[in-house]
Amino acid sequence: MPRPLLILALFAMLGAVSLCWGLVSGSVPLSSADVLRAFAGDAPGAVGDIVFKIRLPRVFAGFACGGLLALAGALLQVLLRNPLADPYVLGISGGAGLGILGATSLGVGYAGAQLAGLGGALSAVLVVFGLSFRAGDWNLYRLLLTGVVFSAGCSALISLILLLAPQAAVKGMLFWMLGDLSEATSAWWPWLALATCGTASVVGSGALNVMMLGRSKAISLGVPVAAAEVAIYLLASAATVTSVSLAGTVGFVGLIVPHLVRLLGVTDYRWLIPSAILGGGALLSLADTAARSLWAPLQIPVGALTALMGVPLVLVLLARRR
Amino acid sequence: MKLSAQALTLGFPGRVLCRDLSLAVLPGECWAVLGNNGSGKTTLMHALAGVRGPLAGSVRVDGTPLAAVGAAKRARLIGLLLQEETQEFWGSVVEYVALGRYPHRRSLLGYDRDAERLARSQLERMDLARLADQALSTLSGGERQRARLALVLTQDPAFFLLDEPLQHLDLRHQTSVLDWFAELARASGRAVLMALHDPALARRYCDHAVLLYETETPLVGPAEQVLTSDNLGRLYRVPLPL
Repeated sequence: MPRPLLILALFAMLGAVSLCWGLVSGSVPLSSADVLRAFAGDAPGAVGDIVFKIRLPRVFAGFACGGLLALAGALLQVLLRNPLADPYVLGISGGAGLGILGATSLGVGYAGAQLAGLGGALSAVLVVFGLSFRAGDWNLYRLLLTGVVFSAGCSALISLILLLAPQAAVKGMLFWMLGDLSEATSAWWPWLALATCGTASVVGSGALNVMMLGRSKAISLGVPVAAAEVAIYLLASAATVTSVSLAGTVGFVGLIVPHLVRLLGVTDYRWLIPSAILGGGALLSLADTAARSLWAPLQIPVGALTALMGVPLVLVLLARRR
Repeated sequence: MKLSAQALTLGFPGRVLCRDLSLAVLPGECWAVLGNNGSGKTTLMHALAGVRGPLAGSVRVDGTPLAAVGAAKRARLIGLLLQEETQEFWGSVVEYVALGRYPHRRSLLGYDRDAERLARSQLERMDLARLADQALSTLSGGERQRARLALVLTQDPAFFLLDEPLQHLDLRHQTSVLDWFAELARASGRAVLMALHDPALARRYCDHAVLLYETETPLVGPAEQVLTSDNLGRLYRVPLPL
């Protein structure tokens, strides 16, 4: 079996395992038989509620968010020609954070704060894009710098909000900043975003391969580079906005999962994109299940666990690869 | 088929490199572009390939302005070997070379079915077959240059624009590369235009030449008329007895 197909199959299996584990694990452990009975419709009411109202949406939402973050990271690493690019480098997390934390500190309820976060993230996309894109003059250096400066401004304001907010609200804010799926009650729209952005990225993956060679070479090989760059930016932004508005700023997944796939020997974007989506989804889903199960009933922010689980894996792969 | 430039002014905003350059490249011809550092050789290549437009003038393929030719069709007609590629490529040598088939792709996803086979045959041509499955990043400068040449050959355009094709190459590979491109022009009806630094190689392999002077109008024409001792001496500002 060709190596890229093998890695893709491996991540698909890992994804399936992560989803199954997520359904049976939690503060109320369920057996596989309980879950199967729930799907068959003959489980006791409480088990059915746990499976369908709590775990299924959360597990699938987590998987979709992980896939979206890994996809956004892979896309931005090509767009910015920078292996250290991650989904948050262009200010989306800063905008979303400012919206959510600002609304929370003003006493706005959960739904309102989520809307404010979505508004903040979309505003960040518009502001950064608007300041860096001028007709006929799309400059990636300016895009990156605008994003970084915008992020720095948002970080400063978020720090002020954290300092001035009531003590009782600060813990929730910190959870959001570290990444948290506890409020994920719906999975269909992140999956819709994942299917849309993922399909568009796979369709354009041949062009992504060529764009890795740089702007001039990509133009000489027939890629309409300016249009492709705008499309990549918008796709990565849509993926990031969706994930951030649902799960907060989960770190590590978007930066490292694409590199993890490359370290496993898959560099062709036609395979890297689907592998990264499955890998990111599996990592976030596993991390979230661990975050709510290992110290149950205490729940810890999933963003802390994505790093704790992923860092050793990547360090081992880096050490083994010469 | 003809690749032509009319009254080109090349340079950047605030810096003109050359003015009033016109030429017409036809199938079967092999052109040399000679000039000092900063005289506009690379800028000319980029303008002819449609990578960066000229300050003034126009580039046409068979009379159609290059900007009006679709991106993929343009890449099937014109292949460009860049002097520098700034990107790190994470994949293998053969994966890199197969990217040359991108303009010929028949599916949305990438390349035609023969991409890898064609890439391997061009790697063999460039004496790199044994390194085909290595990571591109492990290659030496000269090996990487031959991989870049293999990519342009895999692209299989009608017009090859080669910006300093001999850089980093040892003497044996310099000769074999020039032999192959001259043969390609002669036997396959492709046209080759290459930026060179050695007038002797230009005289030996090319039938047409462009001399890019810093203060004069460029000289364009058949090699035996352009590549004279006098013209080259004025170009390089050193006596060049031929």
